[in-house]
Amino acid sequence: MSRTLAATFSDALDGIGVGSTRTTAAEFPAALAAAIEGAAVGTPLPFDGVSLDGADVTVPPTPDQLRTATTGVTPVFGGIAEYGSVIVESRPEGDELVALYPERHVAVLRESDLVAGVDDATDSLRERFAGGRDSAVLATGVSATADMGATIEGVHGPREVSVIVLSDR
Amino acid sequence: MSADNESRAERIRRLLATEGPTVKQNAQGFNEGRYAAMADVDGERLRTEARAIKEDAIERLPELIETVRERVEENGGTVYLADDAADANEHIAAVCEDADSLVKSKSMTTEELDVNEHLEAAGVDVTETDLGEFVLQVADEAPSHLIAPGFHKSTDEIADLFNARFDPAEPLETPAELTAFARDHLGERIRVADVGMTGANFVLAESGTITLVTNEGNARKCAVTPDTHVAVAGVEKLIPSVDELGPMIELLARSATGQDISQYVSLLTPPTDSPTIDFDSEDPIGGGQGDREFHLVLIDNGRFEMREDEDLRETLYCVRCGACSNACANFQHVGGHAFGGETYTGGIATGWEAGIGGEESTASTDAGSISPASVEFNDLCTGCSRCVNACPVKIDVPWINTVVRDRLNRGADPSGFESLVDGLVPDAESAGMDWGKRAFGNVDALARLGTATAPVSNWLADSAPVRALLERGLGIDARRDLPVFQRETLRDWDQRRTPEVESPRTDREVVLVPDVFTNHVDVDRGKAAVRTLEALGVPVRVADVVGTGREPFSQGMIATARERAESVVDGLSPHLDAGRDLVFVEPSDLAMVRAEYDKLLPEAQAETLAEGSFEVLEYVYGLLENGVDPAPLTRGDGERLTYHAHCQQRTLGLDAHTEAVLGRLGYDVATTAAECCGMAGSFGYKSDYYDLSVAVGESLVEEVEAAEGTAGDADRRVVASGTSCAEQLTDLLDRSATHPVELLEPERE
Repeated sequence: MSRTLAATFSDALDGIGVGSTRTTAAEFPAALAAAIEGAAVGTPLPFDGVSLDGADVTVPPTPDQLRTATTGVTPVFGGIAEYGSVIVESRPEGDELVALYPERHVAVLRESDLVAGVDDATDSLRERFAGGRDSAVLATGVSATADMGATIEGVHGPREVSVIVLSDR
Repeated sequence: MSADNESRAERIRRLLATEGPTVKQNAQGFNEGRYAAMADVDGERLRTEARAIKEDAIERLPELIETVRERVEENGGTVYLADDAADANEHIAAVCEDADSLVKSKSMTTEELDVNEHLEAAGVDVTETDLGEFVLQVADEAPSHLIAPGFHKSTDEIADLFNARFDPAEPLETPAELTAFARDHLGERIRVADVGMTGANFVLAESGTITLVTNEGNARKCAVTPDTHVAVAGVEKLIPSVDELGPMIELLARSATGQDISQYVSLLTPPTDSPTIDFDSEDPIGGGQGDREFHLVLIDNGRFEMREDEDLRETLYCVRCGACSNACANFQHVGGHAFGGETYTGGIATGWEAGIGGEESTASTDAGSISPASVEFNDLCTGCSRCVNACPVKIDVPWINTVVRDRLNRGADPSGFESLVDGLVPDAESAGMDWGKRAFGNVDALARLGTATAPVSNWLADSAPVRALLERGLGIDARRDLPVFQRETLRDWDQRRTPEVESPRTDREVVLVPDVFTNHVDVDRGKAAVRTLEALGVPVRVADVVGTGREPFSQGMIATARERAESVVDGLSPHLDAGRDLVFVEPSDLAMVRAEYDKLLPEAQAETLAEGSFEVLEYVYGLLENGVDPAPLTRGDGERLTYHAHCQQRTLGLDAHTEAVLGRLGYDVATTAAECCGMAGSFGYKSDYYDLSVAVGESLVEEVEAAEGTAGDADRRVVASGTSCAEQLTDLLDRSATHPVELLEPERE
């Protein structure tokens, strides 16, 4: 079941031009290093066996570091396999800012947090809301606009997104 | 930009020439995207669910307002329910009292309130951060579309605008350069702003959550970057909880832009846990949540009165996706600066502009209190109904336009011409209404007169002095050919003939119900229908009832249409009781019975009539499917056709039957994608709208010509089901269009 969701998710990400890497907790440091471009900032990862400690990522960043970083690394708390969406929560650590300001967002996702479709995602959001985790963004692909006469990627949000899927978490 | 004394026709001509090409490209692009995206999901199920959610939410509105108030206050924010625009602006200005600058994400509701002007007057610097809104703020123009406000502006126009205003070192030219420039400029404004203002696509009452659906990411930045977040939302945006959000998320982007899902669906329950950020500080981010402020401003501004108004209520279900605009052939050609009011655009704008409070309005929606100027644009809704299936919450947009038109008719002052028309048109309308509309609405009476006096009536009507008089007095454009009345009506012909079914092959009997044009003008297609059905072994008589009231209905003459519907029921019920089927040649008359009579007649009566009524090719399809041998009908032998289905016929899903029958009889059928031919009954005859009608028709002609293929090929025969469509195509192509039943007719040469 989980493998099927992961495959669907990966296909969906391909379809919207988002890169993804499926890796284990043990192999995470290498996958992270490969995903980072330029100066990187991040927020702490609350997932077992993985961390940004030791990586070339500034946690937490100053506002100026946030503004000038190329890459922002955050955990995401769920993904919608059908659309390739990831769920960015408004944690006190600043995920919303770090996932939004740098031009490249690297999202770290536990494979077990994947759900099939929008209805499953709203089900899980309802449970989280009840527990007080009540602000989140379903982010699908990169920031884009067609307002200048053609579709241009990278407007107010990231121009690139890459997802690291932790297959054993 | 626009001259104040510009006539309606001049304004339409100007917009067709200036904004038209960009609008058309964008609207048709969105429309095609919607078809593709909706094909991937069970649209009917989702739309039914979404409709039920909005119906329930509007029903429970007072309760939801109390729920959200309690929850937001518990979360640490404030809630203000503003009665009208002035009240809202005063409150917002007070909330922003200490602010120097404010950044906004796109919100039509704040456009409705003119928030920007009021804040600027209070000394707050306001910046729109949605790129389309930013372009309009720089240009000082109004939105031309609900979701893509700068939809009418081409890249070159935006480049000229930015280069003139900002004088960049290197002139901006490409979409990428313009986007990069705007991002940097607006990024700086966001970083220094004191307040971030957003709208809300949905407000989840039980958790106090603002749902924002965007692609650029500016709403996220506006909500999280300044310490203070102000969300402005009409009360109709409330839904109970996240449980109701699923179908909305699935439908909104598909209906609006043709995306599966928008880039960012933000569910923010402010004040959020995100740390505050001060770009002048050198300390790492973290903490500061106690400084976050949140203010939810809910807007009434006429909405509670709309909720009490049986006909305007469903406007409140609108999720502002713009699908009704994109699906509208007229909108596709002129955009929201013609087809729109002060704030809102497209078909649904009539409901919004009629319902919301204007500057001095009492927000009452009673007949006569609607400011005619504010919804005059509603005549651009021809009732083609292509928006009905496009709407994700199943709003009957044409009905709202019809109702408002009716109220405008009733509220109008009597004019000098009225007595002249009165004698000819004994209808149930008020004396003051536009007499061009009355003439079109009573075309059955005029047709009877025309037939009685044909051919003299035709010679007279075609004479230059009479055409000039018709144009000046009734607004009938002299460039259109007038219908030629036949001396013998279809009904007279039927009365004089002996029915020709010797051995009926089915147990069915048909009563053909002629529309006004089939009876008086295009009698041949009526005869073709009779002969075709008889050749298939079904006895046919022509009904004594002519016309279903479509014409007065189109002009917003609801009382007259209702009287007509009542007499149609009286006339046709005995046939239904006797087990006969009712068959219509004109799709708009069938659509009247199937889709509109439920608003004019008691439910059971409307339902019985609808169930017993069929479009002629739909009926033929049913006979063939039930094993009737098509042998007596004329075969296609591979003849190449281009078929344009009637707009209302397509909405009812009946284009497929004609295509199937023609295919089965051996025709090579190409079909058109244009939503409407642009003629739309009387619309194309009206001087005010002639140019728009022709522009829409020419888009259809381009498709027809594209289907003809390479030079040297014989032209494809053009086939159309609707009278108006055939007239438009005949006018613009200089060859006549055929009704499909005329192809089937056994005796055809």
